[in-house]
Amino acid sequence: MTTAILVSILMTLVAASTPILLAALGELVAEKAGVLNLGVEGMMLCGAVAGFAVTFSSGSTMLGLLAALLAGVAASMVFAVLALSLNANQVATGLALTIFGIGASSLIGAGFVGRTIPRLGPIFPAALSEHPLLRAVFGHDILVYLSLALVVGVSFFLRRTRPGLILRAVGENDASAHAIGYPVIAIRYAAVAFGGALAGLGGACFSLALTPMWAERLTAGRGWIALALVVFSAWKPGRLLIGAYLFGAVATLELQAKAAGVSFLAPEVLAMAPYLATIAVLTMMSIGRRTGRLDAPACLGKPFSAT
Amino acid sequence: MTSIITRRRLTFGAAAASTLPLVGRGAQAQAPLGIGFIYVGPIGDHGWTWTHDQGRLALEKHYGSKIKTSFIENVAEGPDAARAIRQLAQAGNQLIFTTSFGFMNPTIQVAKQFPKIKFEHATGYQRAENVATYNARFYEGRAVIGTIAGHMSKSGQAGYVASFPIPEVVMGINAFHLAARKVNPNFKTKVVWASTWYDPAKEADAAKALIDQGADMITQHTDSAAPLQAAEQRGVFAFGQASDMKAFAPKAHLTAIVDDWSGYYVKRVQEVMDGSWKSGDVWGGIKDGFVKLAPFNDAVTPAARAAAEEVQKAIVAGTLHPFTGEIKDQKGEVRVKAGEKASDEILSKMDWYVDGVQA
Repeated sequence: MTTAILVSILMTLVAASTPILLAALGELVAEKAGVLNLGVEGMMLCGAVAGFAVTFSSGSTMLGLLAALLAGVAASMVFAVLALSLNANQVATGLALTIFGIGASSLIGAGFVGRTIPRLGPIFPAALSEHPLLRAVFGHDILVYLSLALVVGVSFFLRRTRPGLILRAVGENDASAHAIGYPVIAIRYAAVAFGGALAGLGGACFSLALTPMWAERLTAGRGWIALALVVFSAWKPGRLLIGAYLFGAVATLELQAKAAGVSFLAPEVLAMAPYLATIAVLTMMSIGRRTGRLDAPACLGKPFSAT
Repeated sequence: MTSIITRRRLTFGAAAASTLPLVGRGAQAQAPLGIGFIYVGPIGDHGWTWTHDQGRLALEKHYGSKIKTSFIENVAEGPDAARAIRQLAQAGNQLIFTTSFGFMNPTIQVAKQFPKIKFEHATGYQRAENVATYNARFYEGRAVIGTIAGHMSKSGQAGYVASFPIPEVVMGINAFHLAARKVNPNFKTKVVWASTWYDPAKEADAAKALIDQGADMITQHTDSAAPLQAAEQRGVFAFGQASDMKAFAPKAHLTAIVDDWSGYYVKRVQEVMDGSWKSGDVWGGIKDGFVKLAPFNDAVTPAARAAAEEVQKAIVAGTLHPFTGEIKDQKGEVRVKAGEKASDEILSKMDWYVDGVQA
């Protein structure tokens, strides 16, 4: 195989991993604050359709990205009001958000089916990526670099900054955080909004970069894989990066192997893989818990009301 | 008039109804004939379900206030579909189209409970007194695009993004490959199973993998336009599926196999109105207008265009059957003898690949 083909495979792999990484990273922050938002798929679809609609109408992919981000935030706020302010069950509300997102995006997108927009291209000038090896470094779109920067940023924020420590405190022990005087609900709102923004951008990966079009359920279940990855990563951004790229690699290499006439994995096994891995990690974590290691935020999914 | 019963788009009915010019024209002397549709996907897929909905819209245009159509979209294949079909039957529809293979058993089951209602099941093989089946000979269209691919491929390799190895899909792969190999005896068709009818990102990645492995012609049996976009991006040629997808890939899109159900739907509704409707099995091809080819791209070379038009004409005239022997499978076993034509029976049960297909 030539370098050009290897680079081409790598580019596909990176592109396939990015939306999952973005959405999962946003969810990770929300869950670190103690909020389980199962509406990732719905928020991604809202972002995807808004990104497409605005790019189509304005001709600017950057405005489209902004719209996708805002649409993700807007969808997440529906969840936040219900689950955080009104203390609705988070699991049920999150699932409802996904169903709502599928329906709302279909409704908004009905007029955009069959329309086309320019693809979100590489951010660096084409001259930089003429050589295949340089293309592997400089040939990606802005979302790829943004997702990688955000992994570093989120990791630093959570582990090394005071606001990050407060956010984790809210997720680990909301009552104590409240007692010290931190605004638990407000912090959770912010974390959920961040999750919505990244899910929206993750959705935009599909409608602007991977397959620049709008079709119903464009994300085809990637939101669920993102959710599984958060658990798989044990709520660590670095591990999340590995997990997302591992998923992208397996999915891409499987298609490459099939195209080359080699079959190394039944497609059904591959479809199960992220979930099997999640179950395995959950099991390992529960074993770890008995030996004293805690990974999941202690207040994950629990409603909080200041008394 | 349209009434839309949908699981996920409750608010859509009002929007659709407002676009109808017929509302408010006054009561008709006769109650409109109710016609129901069950769709496996969303109408917005711009693929299979979309083409059936185009058929429904053609009915509305043709019959106006004499009929009343309704549909349920996103109905999962399998036992649960029976509920959706029953819902349409109980709502007073006289004719119900169930438009996916997996609705076969539920359709038969519900039809037994409503003997006075007529059912039409697409792509199935089980019939009853009040259940007819219909399908299109898509493989005829595949033979036309295979001819073009054989003429225009420089690498002699086509990439085929396929969904599931059911006879319908296998038949298409073989028809495409046989036609291409008639032009280029060393032609190779590489198949990647996406294991889904609809996952745009995955379909695009499958197309990219095939292009990486040397294919310079991409064709597909999945529902989205994503493989065409991938072909456009990588500068190779591709063929559209189910509808004209040129907008998604102006340079890559050579032509498309277009499904057109409207003629059949209009005819069957007329028969219900006349009382002449009978159960049966219709398998229509290019000749019957079920399968059409989208306008050819200017990039199609004169030789390829002439050969493709020739094939199309011969199929319509009945002088060419895409599955004419001798046809050997991958193991070298003769499946269709020299000079013979594959029967519909062989086609509808096809589970083997022609020599030279990599699947």
